[in-house]
Amino acid sequence: MIEIVNLSKSFDVADGRVDALKNVSLTINDGDIYGIIGMSGAGKSTLVRCINMLERPSDGKVLINGTDIGALSDAELIKTRRKVTMIFQGFNLLMQRTCLKNICFPLELAGVDKKSARKRALELLEIVGLPDKANAYPAQLSGGQQQRIAIARALATDPEILLCDEATSALDPNTTHSILSLIREINERLGITVIIITHQMSVVEEICNRVAILDGGMVAEEGTVATVFSKPQSSAAKRLVFPDGANEIIDSHERKLRVVFNGAFATKTPMITKMAVDIGICANILAASTKCIGDKVYGNMLLGVEDEECVRKVKEYLEMTADVHVEEVNADA
Amino acid sequence: MLEKMFSSKALSDALEIFVNEFPVAVWETLYVTVLSTAFAIILGLPLGVLLVAGEKNGVYPLPAWLMQILNVVINLLRSVPFLILMILVFPLTRLIVGTTVGTVASIVPLVIAAFPFIARLVETSLREVSPNIIEAAQSMGATPFQIITKVMIPESVPSLLTNATTAVITILGYSAMSGIIGGGGLGKIAINYGYYRYKYLVMMIAVVLLILLVKIFQSLGTRLATKSDKRLK
Ligand SMILES: Nc1ncnc2c1ncn2[C@@H]1O[C@H](COP(=O)(O)OP(=O)(O)OP(=O)(O)O)[C@@H](O)[C@H]1O
Ligand SMILES: [Mg+2]
Repeated sequence: MIEIVNLSKSFDVADGRVDALKNVSLTINDGDIYGIIGMSGAGKSTLVRCINMLERPSDGKVLINGTDIGALSDAELIKTRRKVTMIFQGFNLLMQRTCLKNICFPLELAGVDKKSARKRALELLEIVGLPDKANAYPAQLSGGQQQRIAIARALATDPEILLCDEATSALDPNTTHSILSLIREINERLGITVIIITHQMSVVEEICNRVAILDGGMVAEEGTVATVFSKPQSSAAKRLVFPDGANEIIDSHERKLRVVFNGAFATKTPMITKMAVDIGICANILAASTKCIGDKVYGNMLLGVEDEECVRKVKEYLEMTADVHVEEVNADA
Repeated sequence: MLEKMFSSKALSDALEIFVNEFPVAVWETLYVTVLSTAFAIILGLPLGVLLVAGEKNGVYPLPAWLMQILNVVINLLRSVPFLILMILVFPLTRLIVGTTVGTVASIVPLVIAAFPFIARLVETSLREVSPNIIEAAQSMGATPFQIITKVMIPESVPSLLTNATTAVITILGYSAMSGIIGGGGLGKIAINYGYYRYKYLVMMIAVVLLILLVKIFQSLGTRLATKSDKRLK
């Protein structure tokens, strides 16, 4: 369990002080895939860097399984960092080492002998699906492949926690999806707690179970992904969930339904049209941000319908026909 | 002057000198250059590492006053013209080698002149390593020493080789200059025959040989640097 307690961080800069984090408190449970989302400059990277003390907090504490990470000696911190590993937006591989040697790197740092390190690295290459890239150099790999190597490297020391700082931000949607699947698999198979920093809603929707919304260095909202995304309370959350100023839409008189596609199979028939034919309800598409990855659909859609009765029927109909999650969005909640 | 330079007497003289003295001179130039570079790297590489690692935001911050002293000393040494530096270090040369003239003696001032230069070159090379990669290593629990030896230096090998080439060529030039006050090699021949005895042809041969050596070092260095860089390909 990771407990972030009243964490603050300010930077002294030329023209004064930047308060990057203000009194942030979060609890992340074992086995979570925890999303931390926010606009650029919200303090996400600073927060995640405080979790492994790459950045020393100005105030507050980070407890991992009850241990105050900030109070550890240098030697103890080094040991802890082997259990709390990290992947990055820019992959940050060693460019002059082969992929295999990159994966061996953290083991080498830990003093593991060459032979066992190599063996472990080969296993990891298998896990991340790149067994044939052992002797390739990072420059010969695509971004997605480089991130896989970085993930393998991060897994080398058998971590308990994996921190991902914008790990998919440099990748295209398909690759993003495959990397996220890999992360989910790692979370499920190896029981590693994952913290995902992102500014992309779709990433959180796709794999996180809980999410915190960071705004101006403060936690604006926190909870399960379903709750936060279907009934965003704070203005920061609303801005993220309905990026195109859908606030006004919410304030109109229709009843709103949010349809979340979380990897539902795309069908050839247009779903909303078909619904109109099948149950005679014409839904108004107020906002939609969906995308197809392979043959699956991700994203969400905001539908407007007339009344309570329609809400019930549409919900029933959609949940029956497709693998989607439908929730009413309450304007006044 | 041209006529005199290429008269048959001048030609046969030059040929004789070429056969008798040039092989030794080339050899002297080479070994002075290589040895001086080696010693200068032994001093300059760690110093360059300190300049980067010891900074306020470096991987192993050192006290600000110490960094200040290092920088001042390097800048001072670098701003003294080589010929004057040679004379200034005479006492040190005598202490180490026992004499201030001769091929071996010229190694001392060459090293003193070159190591601050090399420290700066190492500094620029190491600064090219992305801070993100260093941070990644820190996040994996690397100690400052491990970051220096396993990340900063290996990651900048191509750049270090390119800069080492520059260093060798600069030292080669200095070693020729050292011929003026007692150093050996091609510089000595060029000055002795060209400047003191007006045998311009001999001087020209020495210069051409120096140019050839520079060319060889340069292409060798460039090839090594390119070959070592795994970011290409
Ligand atoms: N080392 C630093 N020195 C000074 N200010 C900093 C430093 N690091 C971060 N900041 C400031 O702290 C704030 C939060 O930065 P941070 O990098 O955590 O944002 P972020 O949410 O990760 O943004 P992005 O999505 O763009 O990566 C910003 O205003 C930034 O300018
Ligand atoms: Mg960031």
